[in-house]
Amino acid sequence: MISTESLSKKYGDKFVLREVSASLPENKITAFIGCNGAGKSTMLNIISRLIPASEGCAFVDGKKVSEWDSRKLAQNLAILGQNSHNSARISVEDLVAFGRFPHSGGSLAERDFEMVERALKMTGIEDLRGRFIDELSGGQRQMAHIAMSIAQDTKYILLDEPLNNLDMSRSVKIMKLLRKLAREESKTILIVIHDINFVSFYADYIVALKDGRVKYEGSSEAVMKSEILSDIYGMRIEIEEYKGKKICVYYQ
Amino acid sequence: MRRKSFAKTFALLGFIALGLAALYLFGGLGARENWGYNISRRADILVAISIVAGSVGVSSIIFQTITSNRILTPGIMGLDNLYLFTQTIIIYFFSSGGSEMISGGLDFFLTLILMLALSLGIYLYIFKANSGDVFFVVLTGLVFGIAFGGLSSFMQVIIDPSEFSILEGRMFASFNKINLPMMGVSGLIVLLAFLWLSSDFDKFDALTLGRNMAISLGVEYDKVVLKSLAAVSLFTCASTVLVGPVTFLGIIIASITRFIFPTYRHSVLLSGSILVGIIALVFGMLATERVLQFSVPLSVIINFVGGIYFIYLVLKVKRV
Ligand SMILES: Nc1ncnc2c1ncn2[C@@H]1O[C@H](COP(=O)(O)OP(=O)(O)OP(=O)(O)O)[C@@H](O)[C@H]1O
Ligand SMILES: [Mg+2]
Repeated sequence: MISTESLSKKYGDKFVLREVSASLPENKITAFIGCNGAGKSTMLNIISRLIPASEGCAFVDGKKVSEWDSRKLAQNLAILGQNSHNSARISVEDLVAFGRFPHSGGSLAERDFEMVERALKMTGIEDLRGRFIDELSGGQRQMAHIAMSIAQDTKYILLDEPLNNLDMSRSVKIMKLLRKLAREESKTILIVIHDINFVSFYADYIVALKDGRVKYEGSSEAVMKSEILSDIYGMRIEIEEYKGKKICVYYQ
Repeated sequence: MRRKSFAKTFALLGFIALGLAALYLFGGLGARENWGYNISRRADILVAISIVAGSVGVSSIIFQTITSNRILTPGIMGLDNLYLFTQTIIIYFFSSGGSEMISGGLDFFLTLILMLALSLGIYLYIFKANSGDVFFVVLTGLVFGIAFGGLSSFMQVIIDPSEFSILEGRMFASFNKINLPMMGVSGLIVLLAFLWLSSDFDKFDALTLGRNMAISLGVEYDKVVLKSLAAVSLFTCASTVLVGPVTFLGIIIASITRFIFPTYRHSVLLSGSILVGIIALVFGMLATERVLQFSVPLSVIINFVGGIYFIYLVLKVKRV
């Protein structure tokens, strides 16, 4: 399980994350929502030890993140950061194969090749395998990075705005894939999404951040309310029912 | 997706290196009675420049990888000037009245330690203080380099003349005047540093993807970077003591290596850089000694070519 205990982060003397205590459900898709600058990436980055906390701590399987052996943690938790895209001259296949690094340490075994194939297939980018990532479109590169995180085959998968640059059909494909991973392979998925309707359709649990605090937290059903969302985003958001699902209407 | 092994490229480069080495060893030997002397002297020089090639090549590639850029090298960051500065300080403070109390090995050893401490401090300062702005890093590096160069010149002026003569022997090594007595120590350091790093080659591969991805893949980023920077300092000491500072040699070797071996795999890149370095230097030695008849020092040619290439790179890339 992933949890945090009065987690705070400050830059200078400005708190960007304040006393966040949360425990996130297992085998579910948890969506982090909130305005730009609310602290979503900060929270994910601390949980995945990309940045240190200022106060408090994050726990993975009951153990402080800072106490995990880095490689062991990488076998259990994958993070795709918001800005960690790189454009090194590497083929898609090699990039995805890097997902196996925590397991194989550089020399790939048969099983690693299988996992790479599987990730390429699941994300549907087999045709891109030989292309160099610095020569891909933004969305294609995003898909390659998602495939890499999936190839890492970890219990926890943290994705910071994975739908960036993706068209609708690819976005849906990725969300379905994540749901399948959560349901069928017992993965726990933490994801930052701005498109609130994707959250409504695919997330099981929602953590809503505002000004560095967790303002609302609960099942999708409980958080997807007009007054809650209007408060979080500071604008009027109405909710309509469509085939038993909630659709947010905020275009004016 | 079995990985390309570059075996043919390695074979070709090895062949060229051997050919050039043979040409250097046996070409224009002169009168028969000098053969023995000439060949053994030239063999020493070959070993020395191989050490230089290896340490400059390996340290430049590693430095570029851990700082995620293709422009900076330890030489451009003024690390060899820092070495000279450290050496001056050590001789200034420890060698009183020109006594040979500090001789060969010991002062080199002290210099190594001081250099390690200073360079790590400076790196940490530069890379913590600003992330990603390559111009700032280049400028800071150049300023440090010039400052240390100036400081060591200053200390050489105020130093006791007899101490200065010790210093002179140590410091003004060049390709024409290779400091052969230090070859053994220097080679040993390069070898040990290389072995020390060899377990991290895979981690360097992951570091190609940048800090965040490397951490995400389980690389202990801070530890690996600190270790590599320490090794880079050792490599720089080892090469500077033999041939003096050659600011732009690293960028030449690293760029050619990355061009010939378009891969992120450091087991390939690092071995490749050694071969490329040897070829470049032996070729340069042949050109300056046999063609130009020593009229232009090799380091001047290297800095001329490398400097122009460096300006081109900076203009082309602008950002890391
Ligand atoms: N390195 C940094 N130095 C100073 N302030 C920072 C730094 N990184 C983030 N911040 C600040 O911390 C706050 C939270 O940033 P964070 O990246 O977590 O936002 P976010 O919720 O992910 O926003 P977005 O939706 O735009 O990605 C912001 O106000 C940001 O300006
Ligand atoms: Mg963010």
